[in-house]
Amino acid sequence: MSALRFRFQWRYLLLLPLLFMTVFYLVPMYVMLVTGFKAFDEVSLKTMWALPRGIAFDNYIEAYQKLAPSLWNSINMVVPAAILSSFLGSINGFVLARWKFRGADIIFPLILFGMFIPYQSILIPLVEFMRRINMYGGLPGLVLAHVIYGIPITTLTFRNYYATVPKEIIEAARIDGADLIKTYLHILLPLSLPSFVVVLIWQFTSAWNDFLFAVVLTNPDSWPITVALNNMAGSQIIAWNVQMAGSLLAALPTLLVYFFLGRYFLRGLMAGALKG
Amino acid sequence: MLKFKNRDTLLSIALVTPSIVAVAIFIYGFIAWSVRVSLSQWKGLLPDYTWVGLKNYIELFRDARFQVDIRNTIIFTVVFVGGSLLLGLLMAILLDQNLPGETFFRNLFLFPMAISFIVTGVVWRWLMNPATGSRISGLNQLFDSLGLDFLINRWHTTPFWGIAAIALAAIWQMSGYTMAMYLGGLRSISDELREAARVDGASEWQIYQHIILPLLSPITLSAMIILGHISLKVFDLIVAIAGKQLPLDVPAIYMWQVTFDGYFFGKGAAISVLLLVVVSLLVIPYIRYNLKNEADV
Repeated sequence: MSALRFRFQWRYLLLLPLLFMTVFYLVPMYVMLVTGFKAFDEVSLKTMWALPRGIAFDNYIEAYQKLAPSLWNSINMVVPAAILSSFLGSINGFVLARWKFRGADIIFPLILFGMFIPYQSILIPLVEFMRRINMYGGLPGLVLAHVIYGIPITTLTFRNYYATVPKEIIEAARIDGADLIKTYLHILLPLSLPSFVVVLIWQFTSAWNDFLFAVVLTNPDSWPITVALNNMAGSQIIAWNVQMAGSLLAALPTLLVYFFLGRYFLRGLMAGALKG
Repeated sequence: MLKFKNRDTLLSIALVTPSIVAVAIFIYGFIAWSVRVSLSQWKGLLPDYTWVGLKNYIELFRDARFQVDIRNTIIFTVVFVGGSLLLGLLMAILLDQNLPGETFFRNLFLFPMAISFIVTGVVWRWLMNPATGSRISGLNQLFDSLGLDFLINRWHTTPFWGIAAIALAAIWQMSGYTMAMYLGGLRSISDELREAARVDGASEWQIYQHIILPLLSPITLSAMIILGHISLKVFDLIVAIAGKQLPLDVPAIYMWQVTFDGYFFGKGAAISVLLLVVVSLLVIPYIRYNLKNEADV
């Protein structure tokens, strides 16, 4: 018998529950997609589950017209937030992993704790602070919030990574006369490119998906996509099919990142559980 | 040589100082500031730090709305954490059986993690449309056409248990995460261990019961803490599915409304401090445990 022939094994029955779960995970995606591609005249809650008769872009066009400013706000906020917090995390992680100064092991858990706090507990002071420094309402304030409250997770990810770099490499560099900055720029920074990808993706995703900071720190002009979409969903005027199309537009950037760079995304996820 | 080393130490301190100062101010300073606000009578647009002691806290515990919040948080946490753990463990065990399509399933179960609670909420809001009769739609309509009428329900508009429907959407979003954690744990259990048990005559079921599940318990604990603290903070998912309705109220929504719609900053701060205390009770032992383990390795 050919080894390539498919041979039924009883354990393949275990695929059934997995296929059932597949349906569970795909149902919301299915509704989002089919509704988005229906023409206006065939949209009805009654035929929610039916496939579209053809491919129409009415819903996407209308959703985009309504959400375009906030999509751009999100992009303009997320890119600097992700880049700045990655560099900050890299520098902190480097110092905390390598050069143990007195008190480092007290400071580290204190930084970590910041990763888990409910942000409600800093929200009132944060809003007051942003008002006083005149950064309330706009995107720079939101970027600042994401960078600062991103310090714990970015520091942690980089510290765990730098702790795995063999001491010998750094020793060798120092013997060759490299100081702290040179060791960082010429040795650790190039080595940590994968960690940069992990942290950039992580910060990109969490800032893009954030709602709490955005809803309290920005005015309607600066609303990122999550706040605008939620506002759209709460309005009676905008039809549900446009909301579905808008949801897909709001999810698309992070979904694309997940599809193309899923491996790195998963590593960030695990770092969030302190598992390095 | 010594001078050179000192310069590096100074530089190290200079490099991390901005971040440490930022964390000190924006996390610990702000927490202290919130605590101070929670002990004040500040109500209105202008700050008012007149000391009222624990008045805001005492009033909260007498407040009927806060009782609803506590009840909803408990139901949500039990359903969400329990459901995610069970589903995650089941999927991880299935994916660990060397079945065809493993990578596909794994990636599929994890993709909801990449999208926001707001998007999830908006989509589930329409799936969980509670209308019945001629206006039936969403999942209820699907159940109806599949002959699964007994599954038709009022979702988040069900009295008392409505919050459990929100937890279902949260399970959809987060169970892939527990699956990934458990799968990582299963992969780290050596095949020799299972082989040895088989040689000793243990059945597959006994291997899971006596060897694998006990080895996975640290992961269960981690996942419980991670998911537990997420469920205490749940906010955007509820807002996107149901808006700000009293029957689905939780502390985070109450805090938001009382502070930013009602301008009762003293009370809002008290809610946020209580949230922080409960989250800390979960998270501080967890951080200590993790750091200690790390030091032991």
